[in-house]
Amino acid sequence: MSATAPLLAMRGIDKAFLGVPVLSSVDLTVARGEVHALVGENGAGKSTLMKILAGVHTADAGTIELDGRAVSFTHPLQAQHAGVASVFQEFNLLPELTVAENVHLGREPKRRGLIDRRAMVDATAAVLADLGVEDLAPTAKVGSLSVAHQQITEIAKALSQGAGLVCMDEPTAALADAEVELLYRLVGRLRERGTAVLYVSHRLKEIFDLCDRITVLKDGRLVDTTATADTTPDDLVAKMVGRRIEAQFPAPLPGTAPGEVRLKVAGGGNDWVDGIDLEVRAGEIVGLAGLQGSGRTEIAEAVFGIAPFTRGAVEVDGRPVRITGPRKAIGAGIALVTEDRKAQGLALRQSVRANARMVLDANARVHSRRRLARVSGILSSLDLVARGEDQEVRFLSGGNQQKVVVAKWLAAEPGVIVLDEPTRGIDVGAKHKLYSVVRDLAAEGLAVLLIASELIEVIGLADRIVVLHDGRIAGELPGGATEQQVMAYATGRAPE
Amino acid sequence: MTRAKDLLLRATNPTATVFVLLVLVFAAVFAMNPGFFQGPSLMAFLKQAAPLVILAAGQYFVIVSGNFDLSVGALVGAQVVIAARLIDGEESRTAPVLVAMVLFGIGVGLVNGLITTALKVQSFITTLGMLLVLYGAIRLWTGGAPTGSLSESFRVFGRMGIEDVPVLGQIPWALLIMIAVGAGSVLLMRTRFGRVLMAAGDNERAAALSGARVGAARTLAFVLSGLSATIAGVLIGGFAGVSAQVGDGLEFTVITAVVLGGVVLGGGRGSVLAAMAGALVIEALFTLFNQMALPATLRPAVQGAIIIAAVAYAARRRPVPTATATPTPS
Repeated sequence: MSATAPLLAMRGIDKAFLGVPVLSSVDLTVARGEVHALVGENGAGKSTLMKILAGVHTADAGTIELDGRAVSFTHPLQAQHAGVASVFQEFNLLPELTVAENVHLGREPKRRGLIDRRAMVDATAAVLADLGVEDLAPTAKVGSLSVAHQQITEIAKALSQGAGLVCMDEPTAALADAEVELLYRLVGRLRERGTAVLYVSHRLKEIFDLCDRITVLKDGRLVDTTATADTTPDDLVAKMVGRRIEAQFPAPLPGTAPGEVRLKVAGGGNDWVDGIDLEVRAGEIVGLAGLQGSGRTEIAEAVFGIAPFTRGAVEVDGRPVRITGPRKAIGAGIALVTEDRKAQGLALRQSVRANARMVLDANARVHSRRRLARVSGILSSLDLVARGEDQEVRFLSGGNQQKVVVAKWLAAEPGVIVLDEPTRGIDVGAKHKLYSVVRDLAAEGLAVLLIASELIEVIGLADRIVVLHDGRIAGELPGGATEQQVMAYATGRAPE
Repeated sequence: MTRAKDLLLRATNPTATVFVLLVLVFAAVFAMNPGFFQGPSLMAFLKQAAPLVILAAGQYFVIVSGNFDLSVGALVGAQVVIAARLIDGEESRTAPVLVAMVLFGIGVGLVNGLITTALKVQSFITTLGMLLVLYGAIRLWTGGAPTGSLSESFRVFGRMGIEDVPVLGQIPWALLIMIAVGAGSVLLMRTRFGRVLMAAGDNERAAALSGARVGAARTLAFVLSGLSATIAGVLIGGFAGVSAQVGDGLEFTVITAVVLGGVVLGGGRGSVLAAMAGALVIEALFTLFNQMALPATLRPAVQGAIIIAAVAYAARRRPVPTATATPTPS
């Protein structure tokens, strides 16, 4: 081991898929015990670079050195053996096995030819203790764990294999707020014990909280590597998108005041939420804030009829409606942009056009020739970037996929639109576009209900913020409230 | 650059591949027997192929919506036996029996569809059960061997056609029915029903959350499959007559044909024309075997090899599924 060489040095990495260059001469160095952020818009090449490092893809040109030794991976196992561990968004864990069994999968300690369970559990407990994790039992079944604990299991597995470098791809994307805290501590602990972390994320706050240095990629090229202390979030965004985004959130148009009440919930409740009184007016963006499990998504699902309210009354445009399922909700003029666009929003192997007209095709009540004719216009007004309307949506970037989801709902000309985590996992440029789309929709007279776990988003975009705690409304704040105020209600404390 | 890539992708697209295969198999048949492409023998081939092609269209609807229909072979057999027993040689009974057969086909499709969608039984199990029920019930009803006989007017559909056409000789009714079924199927896939069916096969949850009645659409697909088996039964009965073995194993031949047409098992993909072309390829292949004097007993083995090869081919050529493979142009 040479003390001067960096832990990882990738130089001049080129990669093309089907002749389309995705990376060109990218350099990346990571020091021991460093937390290094890799950022860029979707399609910038971050994931490809990470997959080359993980042995999933092989670079067309360039060199990789680990501990000063040249390496070349053609298989993920080679990368693992060389000490590079990757925690992707989809876990490689077996849900029916325990934490200890997963950590030692394929390398089970043996005694007289049989698996030594006690040794396996003890070794796992030792790794978890080293990570400072106390509330995870090595004997727990992985399938029953929270996402955060599965992530920890994945990291524990990496460390028990002697990983010197842990790559994390959007590790907080699926975490609840309280779990993010846990991840922060975990990353801190990895740094202390000299393990390097390569951290891929869209969330600037995390990057500035956690990372020592930041590498920015744009269109497959290296823009810059800087120390976190020498840059600001605005600078970073400017580097990622290649232009400066003046104001992150569009302000309401001057002179527009909220109109009539379009969505009204009075005393709404079911098994998950209770006592929900909510009004959203035409032209208004109401943000729903709260910790994971506070009932944000449950309210969206109740309003849209996925898990309907069993108590209380719902009115749309002053008319009482009984929403017993999505078809009823759509008929009443309600749209829901779901949290998980791949699982719930899109038919990935169908074309942009087929997806964009799906709501019209599926509902005789909203289907019309005039609305079908508007679909192309809606797609282009959202600045959709695709090869054409017949391109399959699975080939689009996350941001463009989300635009297709939004388009399919706008095609039905709803009066109320519920957006559940509309910017999850999409790049900065697309986020900015979505923010202004949401603001424009409100300006056109829609009632918008916005759910986002990133507080900054709710605060910056909403005219009013309804904060939930434990399935009930804990308080209401004006747009532009501070994070502290929101968190006070969200955690069940009275604001001071 | 992109254009060259597009062309390459298009030519190796499983849907397009089946048409290339069709040309290749026909070329081989022609090489063995140049006389095959004279009007009358070509018409005879199409008359014989029509039932399988029609079944492929019916099966396509079920497969594209994410299910299977294994009961079609047994249903074809049941329909022929029912027709023979009820008509029993009486011309006057032809029309009412045809109506009864259509209702029976719709009924079997409805039962398949409702059990699969409302009771959430996997279609593989539902239709396997239906296959056995039909098989057993028909043998019970007829006491083991089919009884009765078909009327002449019933057999017209499978046997006759527009006669004395120059060059072609006879244009079989079966061919015209096949073309009508094909055209109807293509149009149906362009309706809102077709779009919902396709979306439901691709992502059931997304379709349902868009307001689609996924269960109803899938049930209707089974009904269409039952109808296609009814039409195929009428044609096969007319063409080949009544026997206890009619329809045996047809479910596997038709699924092979649909898969060969590039329609992915699990749903959401492929075109109905390609599925029908898949059926033509299989029939042409069997013709080729006849010409090469290969034993007919070889057919199941060849079908098995085709079904595995077709699915493996479709799986292999699926492009790199990551978003990074197609960078967002700016």
